[in-house]
Amino acid sequence: MSERTERLSVRKTYKLFIGGAFPRSESGRSYVVTSSKGDFLANAARASRKDARDAVGAARKAFPGWSGATAYNRGQILYRIAEMLEGRRAQFVAEITAMGGVGAKQAGEMVDASVDRLVWYAGWSDKIGAVLGSSNPVAGPYFNLSSPEPTGVVAVVAPQEGPLLGLVSVIAPVIVTGNTCVVIASERAPLPAITLAEVLATSDLPGGVVNILTGSAAEIAPWLAGHMDVNGIDLTGADPELAVTCEELAAENLKRVLRPPVDRVNWLADPGIERMTAFLETKTVWHPIGI
Amino acid sequence: MFEYAPAPESRDIVDIRPSYGLFINGEWVEPQGEERHKTVNPATEEVLAEVAWAGEADVDRAVQAAAKAFPVWSAMPGAERAKYLFRIARIIQERARELAVLETLDNGKPIRESRDVDLPLVAAHFFYYAGWADKLSYAGFGRRPTDGQGGSDPRPLGVAGQVIPWNFPLLMLAWKIAPALACGNTVVLKPAETTPLTALAFADICRQADLPPGVVNIVTGAGETGAALVGHPGVDKVAFTGSTEVGRLIARSLAGTRKKLTLELGGKAANIVFEDAPLDQAVEGIVNGIFFNQGHVCCAGSRLLVQESVADELLEALKRRLGTLRLGDPLDKNTDIGAINSAEQLAKIRELSAAGEAEGAERWSPACPIPDRGYWFPPTLFTGVAQSHRIAREEIFGPVLSVLTFRTPAEAVEKANNTPYGLSAGVWTEKGSRMLWMASRLRAGVVWSNTFNRFDPTSPFGGYKESGYGREGGRHGLEAYLAV
Repeated sequence: MSERTERLSVRKTYKLFIGGAFPRSESGRSYVVTSSKGDFLANAARASRKDARDAVGAARKAFPGWSGATAYNRGQILYRIAEMLEGRRAQFVAEITAMGGVGAKQAGEMVDASVDRLVWYAGWSDKIGAVLGSSNPVAGPYFNLSSPEPTGVVAVVAPQEGPLLGLVSVIAPVIVTGNTCVVIASERAPLPAITLAEVLATSDLPGGVVNILTGSAAEIAPWLAGHMDVNGIDLTGADPELAVTCEELAAENLKRVLRPPVDRVNWLADPGIERMTAFLETKTVWHPIGI
Repeated sequence: MFEYAPAPESRDIVDIRPSYGLFINGEWVEPQGEERHKTVNPATEEVLAEVAWAGEADVDRAVQAAAKAFPVWSAMPGAERAKYLFRIARIIQERARELAVLETLDNGKPIRESRDVDLPLVAAHFFYYAGWADKLSYAGFGRRPTDGQGGSDPRPLGVAGQVIPWNFPLLMLAWKIAPALACGNTVVLKPAETTPLTALAFADICRQADLPPGVVNIVTGAGETGAALVGHPGVDKVAFTGSTEVGRLIARSLAGTRKKLTLELGGKAANIVFEDAPLDQAVEGIVNGIFFNQGHVCCAGSRLLVQESVADELLEALKRRLGTLRLGDPLDKNTDIGAINSAEQLAKIRELSAAGEAEGAERWSPACPIPDRGYWFPPTLFTGVAQSHRIAREEIFGPVLSVLTFRTPAEAVEKANNTPYGLSAGVWTEKGSRMLWMASRLRAGVVWSNTFNRFDPTSPFGGYKESGYGREGGRHGLEAYLAV
């Protein structure tokens, strides 16, 4: 017997994130996630249609509370997510570098940018209404006010590239305004998404506001695109063929559709407000003025 | 009751040609195909004119004319574009009486409404968007202070293909064309097959305004013409107002393209009356909500939700009021309820009303003489309506009101939102905090509190859920026509 043995590490089981809990896929399926060199990294859950349906149910259930929360509260929670992410910086750097293709320095920049992106969006929660709303000078004795409201439950096909920064950049704009979402993580690189779910679970974010599925976007996204209780779909991570299929299915209940970008997205660039406005409705309230 | 003497508006002011071609590139052209269609006065079934049925080749010609005009129109200084739109607004005001009569003849709506509602709003819409044409950089789109591009004008999209319905023919044209042109786009517009005449008159207005050729093109036809237009590869933007069914088809057909789409579709609005509401005012609001324009209004208050404690009192007052509505000659200035726009629409209203009775709701109409010719439907209300009834779920698009009751505000919200639509809603209460509580929970794009069916060019209009997406009116209405 040798004097000392290398301690065997305790590995993490990567599961789904639905309604604030971490279930395995109801289908019992998983798939192998490897590094770019082909080394085994983990078995990730391969979500099914029923998992997608459960996630939509959780998102719908969370919608009244989350959309009804004050903007200040939502902003603080997004900021809290940034705090929790910052605290796990090393873990994300390790996870991103393990996938290969990215050095520790570059991975660190991506994590930093993800934290900064969350902070940026956190500040939008109580300002987007002032930027997009309006007091309308109608030609009559009426008070008339337009304000943005969240669309509802949004399905998000996260980008295949940028497993953390891309993911944070598509989730934050959807939820900061009060929507809840079901996210399909990058198929090739799903592990940072599940670790992000651990961040979300410890950030005072109510369960069900963000639900994360791992597996095949081509398999799950069409179910979400055709789901009658989903109000919008972000197809950023869908390949052209899948995007067309999903957009066609989304027409059934007139979902708001954010089409995939024409050009490759530079996730480090100023994101603008389009990702928020894509999933906002405008409500206009009239009331007579008189005595 | 007062006795009324007929007070008909003269139709001599309008000059309807026997036959119309297509308005393409600033000229009247004949369609390539032979097909023509008669447009009738729904109040008399008299044929008013024949219009061309544009085919694919005609649509292609119109889109090409619009594409050719786009570089000139979009590059024109906004202030110059604005002046064209101001001109158009003025010409509409000058010709308001003629256009109102023409609208009433072709559509069947009472002259009182086309004269006092449609035409003033049409002119106001052009006047409003005219003023935006040179102020787009202040509209809040496209400003990026951090990347050095701040202050540049947001860009137009290109050629807009626009398809409009028959319920507010000229007003819907204004809602489509005014913002499109203000933003620098050029348009091909298809009016509804049963109400093409005011759009064709608008073509003449464009000529009077010396609008450059190709900036506005009008193609008449039915569904196939509309499909050819929205499917044309040269169209960069599609705007449609009409049924949710057709909206779905259009959304599906645009999948995989880069065309920008806005849809203003159906509705099944709840008009909610609380026990503390001023009931006399509420009765007027309910009447205006569902009987305005024969109920041919996508945002019509077609579901009356009344608090149980005042239901009997309110219904009695409502029935009394319905007994005073005058149905008949749309050109008579006393008329409250005009003709149903078409035989097809009348059949649909009859079918759904029959379903209401068959499903167990109680039908009531006031004594109401119906003219011998034309398409007519008396003001009708159904009581004892359950949420599962077709008349509580489906858009009837006619003068038919379904009455349901509720006990608590939460129940009212639940019932009001229990529909795939989300265009509008009404709330009647004297309690301000309750009004705002309701307004914040109703999933609808427009909430009228203690009023109903108010429209204004400065006020964004459009739906949640299956009532469509995008907004028309106000600063918000610019977004649909800008690359933002």
